[in-house]
Amino acid sequence: MSSTRTVTVASSQGLHARPAKLFVEAAQASGAQVSIAKGEKSVNAASILGVLSLGVERDDQVQLTAEGENEEQTLDSLEQFLTTDHDEAS
Amino acid sequence: MPELSGIGVGRGIAAGPVARMSPPPPAPADEASERSAAAETERVQKAVAEVAAELEARGRTAGGMARDVLEAQAMMAQDPTLHEAVATRLQAGKTGEYAVHEAFAEFRATLEELGGYLGERASDLSDVSQRVIASLRGLPAPGVPDPGHPFILVAEDLAPADTALLNLDQVQALVTIQGGPTSHTAILAREKSITAIVGVAEAASLTEGQQVIVDAGAGAVITEPTQEQLDEAQARRAAHAAQAEAPITPGALADGTAVPLLANLGSAKSTEKAVALGAEGVGLFRTEFLFLSADEAPSVEEQREAYQSVLEAFPGQKVVVRALDAGADKPLSFLNDAPEENPALGLRGLRALMANEQILRDQLTALAQAQESTEADVWVMAPMVSTVEEAEAFTALAKEHGLATAGVMVEVPSIALMADELLSRTDFASIGTNDLTQYTMAADRLLGSVASLQDPWHPAVLRLIREVGAAGIASGKPVGVCGEAAADPLLAVVLVGLGVNTLSMSPAALAEVRAELKLHTLEQARGIAAAALTAATAGQARETAQQAAQDAVQDTVQPAVPH
Repeated sequence: MSSTRTVTVASSQGLHARPAKLFVEAAQASGAQVSIAKGEKSVNAASILGVLSLGVERDDQVQLTAEGENEEQTLDSLEQFLTTDHDEAS
Repeated sequence: MPELSGIGVGRGIAAGPVARMSPPPPAPADEASERSAAAETERVQKAVAEVAAELEARGRTAGGMARDVLEAQAMMAQDPTLHEAVATRLQAGKTGEYAVHEAFAEFRATLEELGGYLGERASDLSDVSQRVIASLRGLPAPGVPDPGHPFILVAEDLAPADTALLNLDQVQALVTIQGGPTSHTAILAREKSITAIVGVAEAASLTEGQQVIVDAGAGAVITEPTQEQLDEAQARRAAHAAQAEAPITPGALADGTAVPLLANLGSAKSTEKAVALGAEGVGLFRTEFLFLSADEAPSVEEQREAYQSVLEAFPGQKVVVRALDAGADKPLSFLNDAPEENPALGLRGLRALMANEQILRDQLTALAQAQESTEADVWVMAPMVSTVEEAEAFTALAKEHGLATAGVMVEVPSIALMADELLSRTDFASIGTNDLTQYTMAADRLLGSVASLQDPWHPAVLRLIREVGAAGIASGKPVGVCGEAAADPLLAVVLVGLGVNTLSMSPAALAEVRAELKLHTLEQARGIAAAALTAATAGQARETAQQAAQDAVQDTVQPAVPH
């Protein structure tokens, strides 16, 4: 069982610096096996080095895939995270 | 009294126990492990957990931006992708040390290839890797120590990142073995008002926990202080702190002679702090920040906006804008990025601008437009001028674009010696002491092995400044200083004594320089400058000036009363 959705990233710093760290923390906290992909490359969303190496910029489209219990709920919360501009908030 | 000497940054004083910065562990060799893969895995896991916990604990203490950086580093240490890469190597029979070293290096290379922000994270990763390797070997963690109490940090030298993250509640003072007065450590220490002495060759002999006094004003580390000395240091520290809190007044000598104190700014962002610290204008606004990370020259409109935001903060005050200072020494694809054997002596500064006149014209246009919409008194100057013709050409071009006050930087001995001819053709001179010292001493200011020559106290440099000061007095045209020399309080007094009218420095140095100027009259400043000029070496010039200043202050405080 796994489900995937495509999300457009809103953070003005993309997934660098603080937003990347917060995203990885959220993915780790979900307890599900989550991967994030940009183009051909897919990485473990619990890996900050993996996430950083995607080089995700603002307005990039990424695919989130979750496996495990509550996968829809996990994807909902991660999607919400990615569509919020965290630099504005901080 | 055992004393080690070096070059003091500012006049701060501090006492406390030494804590040494540990060097990074040497890179591990590719050897077969004598342990089982399972045993190595356990060792690595333990070391990683320790390092992550330490980084998180430091993050909690540091707070703010540093907390995010340190927590991100802790996450890197525990990264699952990295652990897979380490595990693969352990299965192949490598040692824990080597597996960590190689796996981290692989990720470092990936991040470096991505460049930009990620490239910068590559050094964070190296730091984590070195910490894990040190932990595996049972060595102290490399980098700034955290003994849990206030300490005097002793290091070979500090990376800019180390200096930026220093916990100023704990680090009482900084002593480095390497480095000169214009090394980045000295510049950052001055910017953050950290008591520091750089270039203390004998500091290698200081041991962990040893009590020392760091007296930056005297450039001395006192290694076996008496209680009396410790008490005196404590009293001077308190007086120094009070000085920083003193009300902000315009820069002036004891007799009321005005010496406007201006700020050196490198971006529009730092204006607020400069105003808060009492900058009476800007003596050096570096425009490079707009150009250095660009693939093509910024548009007139982009430049106008950036200049305007600085000018707006200083209504009615002077803002001296320096035309783009780049080229061979700071290569830009649209200016000059041709490799040269001696970039400091090459096509740079005004030379590069004259070879790409449109870039200079655009900059002058943007500046003139920004001037229109604000009330600041805009001055413009050219960097790296070596001939009178260059000064003349730049001045004409600036006037053509509607900029009323145009001048040049004096950074090359040839133009300092021609100061009278120079000032009859341009409106002002601003002495850049860092480059002037570099060119006078023929010592690359970026090269550690010749750092000891990069000392603006050298009498040869002072004599050149005397030429410019004298030409300023004779012509009635202003002469400023906008190099590191202006931020050294006693040297600031000497500069004024040599005929300099304004001093420009990093904003953090303003309070100390303001306080020192107030101690001396113009006549005394001239006397102190004359004394320094009699010296044969930089060290003697500094000592002679110190002695002359002390004598002058005592004369003022206790006037000779006839009995």
